[in-house]
Amino acid sequence: MTAESPRASTDAASPPKIELDGIGQDFALRGVAFPVLRDVNLRVHRGEFVSVIGPSGCGKSTLLNLIAGLEQPTRGRILMDGRQAAGRPGTVGYMHQKDLLLPWRSVLDNAVLGPEIRGTPRAEAGRRAMELIRPFGLEGFEKSYPAQLSGGMRQRVAFLRTVLADRDVILLDEPFGALDALTRAGMQEWLLGLWESWSKTVVMVTHDVEEAALLSDRVYVLTPRPGRVKAAFTVDLPRPRRYEMVTDGAFVEIKARALAALREDDSFAGLASGASRAEGER
Amino acid sequence: MSGDSAATLQEAAQVSDAPARDVAERGRAAALRWGLPALVVAGALAAWEAGVRLLDVERWLLPPPSAIGAELLASRDLLLRHTWVTLGEVLLGFALAIMVGVALAGVIAYSRLVERAVYPFVIASQTVPVIVIAPLLLIWIGYGIWPKVIVVVLLSFFPIVVNTVDGLKSADPDLLRMMRTLGANRWQLFVKVQAPSCLPFLFSGLRVAIALSVIGAVVGEWVGASAGLGYLMTRSAPQFLTDRVFAAMFILAVMGVTLFLLVALAERYAVPWHRKTRRGDAPGDSSTWR
Repeated sequence: MTAESPRASTDAASPPKIELDGIGQDFALRGVAFPVLRDVNLRVHRGEFVSVIGPSGCGKSTLLNLIAGLEQPTRGRILMDGRQAAGRPGTVGYMHQKDLLLPWRSVLDNAVLGPEIRGTPRAEAGRRAMELIRPFGLEGFEKSYPAQLSGGMRQRVAFLRTVLADRDVILLDEPFGALDALTRAGMQEWLLGLWESWSKTVVMVTHDVEEAALLSDRVYVLTPRPGRVKAAFTVDLPRPRRYEMVTDGAFVEIKARALAALREDDSFAGLASGASRAEGER
Repeated sequence: MSGDSAATLQEAAQVSDAPARDVAERGRAAALRWGLPALVVAGALAAWEAGVRLLDVERWLLPPPSAIGAELLASRDLLLRHTWVTLGEVLLGFALAIMVGVALAGVIAYSRLVERAVYPFVIASQTVPVIVIAPLLLIWIGYGIWPKVIVVVLLSFFPIVVNTVDGLKSADPDLLRMMRTLGANRWQLFVKVQAPSCLPFLFSGLRVAIALSVIGAVVGEWVGASAGLGYLMTRSAPQFLTDRVFAAMFILAVMGVTLFLLVALAERYAVPWHRKTRRGDAPGDSSTWR
């Protein structure tokens, strides 16, 4: 597979998979409108992996909730495949920082929730799940309950559930945020391999610059609240990517650009020092 | 991918450690769980027997355990006949209380309006002493099984309602949102998330309710009946058949404990994840399991 093959269909004829047009979102707090997002414009093409980075509380999660249809924007519009999105949940896959597994269901029964809700016969859904159990590193744990699994495994079950829901668009809300650094690195590499063999459109929200640069085709940088798009740039590293690339000159340069975009504002000082600490760990 | 499979092996090793450790833990827990209460009961009975004999207490005042045991054996047919009557009232009332309680909880949890309209009456029903209501039931319905069953229902539906309402409201909103992103409708949310998250709460209510059911049946019989252990006690006491009163009390206690254990057993089968979650949450385990 060559680097650019099936993804990022940028030809003018096909509309972007997701388009956010002048999105603004307010929260009412004791009757006072409190802006969370202000005039956000964002495009994601079919098959692209796009990351949105920004400091905590800049409205990143709200952005995903809007795309998922869990919230309605105060201003602006959201287009999916060039059409105004109906704004109802259930049209895109959404994975949260928490694994949100149902504790009373086994690994397998959690994984097939999406097909089950759509009315797919159990046997068929189970068969599809069993095909993916091994690539998801869950072999032998099909009948285990979530409480018996480690954090990394639970997060993979949540991934499997999202994948089996079978949507073209997958939203990831800091999917590795709750994991320790070592498990997180393994999971990032695993997701890289998984995604590069598929043709899903992914929007990932994170505050980890390195994670965004390693996984994404493009990165959007948001300002602190109210969130606005401050910078957007393309990550022109070849695919397939490997975790070892984080020490390559090209990668470091991209990371530096992302950090610079974040650092322009003083209030990012905390984030920047966090990132350099992450660098020191290696 | 190699790094990932190594991580998986490490995770697998952590998980497979657990059963071996569990067996030893469970053995110790069982000894503590059954041995300790047995020891306490045996000690108390021995003290009672010795006390009555040494102080030469009259038998109609306080019979020794040996006399109560003898009475249990001698009057077993009589006691058994009345036991079945009481047990029938308890089980019928408990079953009705579950139906009434869960149905009420359902409408209360799903409608603010119903909650405001009905909840005050549910609470008020608990402030009126059941001992006052029981004679009224006798006047309205007469003797027979139903006044007793109604007293049982009145006493035991309350903990079921309160716990089930809490349970239905306790479903994690994040789980509900996740289900909505998978396209779940309201009924699917209820069946797949709210009802299962409610089960541990329901069973807490059932454990309280079953104990209250036994009390309810005896209170009902106390007020007016022609059969049942409560009736047998009211009739035996004036005749100074104190050992028979104690024998009936013993049977009631055994009945209560047995029914309670049966409810707990049902909970283990109906809510297996709850037990597993709690074990997983044990302090010291948290680092490996999270």
